[in-house]
Amino acid sequence: MKNSHEKVEKNVGLFFLFTVFAISIGGLVEITPLFFQKELATPVDNLKPYTALQMEGRDIYIREGCSNCHSQMIRPFRAETERYGHYSVAGEHVWEHPFLWGSKRTGPDLARVGGRYSDAWHIAHLTDPRSVVPESNMPAYNWLNTNTLDGEITGKKLETFNFLTRNRSHKDENGKAIPLYTQAEIDGAKEAVKGKTEMSAVIAYLQSLGHALK
Amino acid sequence: MSSFWNIWVWVLTLGSLVGCFLLLRMCLKNFAGVEEGESMGHSFDGIEELNNPLPKWWSTFFLLTIVWAFFYIAAYGLGGWSGLIGWKSSNQGILNIAESKAKTLEYSLKDSGVLVQYDREIAAADARFGPIFAAYAARSIEDLATDDKALKIGQRLFIQNCSQCHGSDARGTTGFPNLTDKDWLYGGSPEAITETLVKGRKAMGMMAWKGALGGEQGVKEMAAYVISLSGRSVDPDLAKAGKGKFAMCAGCHGADGKGSLASGLPMGAPNLTDNIWLYGGSKRAIEETIRNGRAGVMPAWLDIFGEEKIHLVSAYVYSLSQD
Repeated sequence: MKNSHEKVEKNVGLFFLFTVFAISIGGLVEITPLFFQKELATPVDNLKPYTALQMEGRDIYIREGCSNCHSQMIRPFRAETERYGHYSVAGEHVWEHPFLWGSKRTGPDLARVGGRYSDAWHIAHLTDPRSVVPESNMPAYNWLNTNTLDGEITGKKLETFNFLTRNRSHKDENGKAIPLYTQAEIDGAKEAVKGKTEMSAVIAYLQSLGHALK
Repeated sequence: MSSFWNIWVWVLTLGSLVGCFLLLRMCLKNFAGVEEGESMGHSFDGIEELNNPLPKWWSTFFLLTIVWAFFYIAAYGLGGWSGLIGWKSSNQGILNIAESKAKTLEYSLKDSGVLVQYDREIAAADARFGPIFAAYAARSIEDLATDDKALKIGQRLFIQNCSQCHGSDARGTTGFPNLTDKDWLYGGSPEAITETLVKGRKAMGMMAWKGALGGEQGVKEMAAYVISLSGRSVDPDLAKAGKGKFAMCAGCHGADGKGSLASGLPMGAPNLTDNIWLYGGSKRAIEETIRNGRAGVMPAWLDIFGEEKIHLVSAYVYSLSQD
């Protein structure tokens, strides 16, 4: 009998194709069906879109790499829910682009940090973390106090989110999709954030986290 | 999920199991045209490739993993079928807390056929710790404040949740009150402490007074007077000028500056006469407070702690200022 292995062993292109086929099966089974799963596209009842200021705060959160050290995903274990609150569910995250779940907890989870501390605490903590938590190893982000927003593209961001979430927004009683932002909100976005500090934007974002599941 | 995707999952999963089995069987056959253990006919630097079979232990384990997969699928389910034990890690797909609670209740029934890992963990913890918390909840805060075990639990909860602002020794920091002294903004009785924890507190807020006091000079005068209230030495002329305008402050801090609590009002305006300073007692800090105003906020903790734990935290905080 001919050694048929030889065909694969001596033909790197063919070997490559077979490899890609073999390793794609896992993804095809475990990931692809999720895109079409209804519960992953239905927002929880109380999910609210970010305001213009919160949206800018979210972008600063991304810029400063907060999600490198902070997760936003409470897992269904008692040890986690005792500390952080109800475990995260899919419907809380359907409008996230990108997801900010993170994968590492050098700092605590922030999925439900909103309302847990006062604004004044956040200012003190972001400006100098050691002033309120002496053993903290979080860097200071004191420039957030002085950088201000110009709001030039804030409206565009809201518009983009309307587009990205068009199939996953809340529905009115007739089943018609309600866009996240009205035209008035998009038009007023620049005015809403212009001149505000990055600190106030980040805090507005942080205080908005975790109220959707009620 | 639609039935199409369920079929998709079934076909691909079972297909790859069968595929793995066929691949293994093919590789176990000797199809090289060479006797087992003989040379394959090429050598490199004197190293020869021999036609050796797959190791027995390895191929056996491979086969066992395939067999194992069928048991696993039977237990945990596949593509829309939830398996013989009906296992789920948590109730995903819920849209509000009420739904979450309803699902937990529904699946906790023996004949529901669903086993939610998280709910089971919580139920086991409730069965174990529930009676302990319930026993403490039935006792008064004054009573608990003398119970070392109760205070230990309260302290643990405090350190985990409250120390970020009030410090791990509860002595606070600039802007966040010291809880170990007898100086209270909203009252230090067990009831007042519990109310603070349950509902949170929002100071009425001190406005920025620079304008109303007539600019920077006014701020300096008022600061001097406020400092003098706790018996520290100041420029008497400045303090005198400040005193003349103190009526503006009396609405919240009281005419004698003893704070809103002294007159039983819930505004959170501090006592200015005791030389305890929430936002710093230096001349500079006091001027800054007068110039730009302050407003402290204590978040509400009922949703996070629940009543029984708040009772224990209250007892711990209450105990801190008892002699």
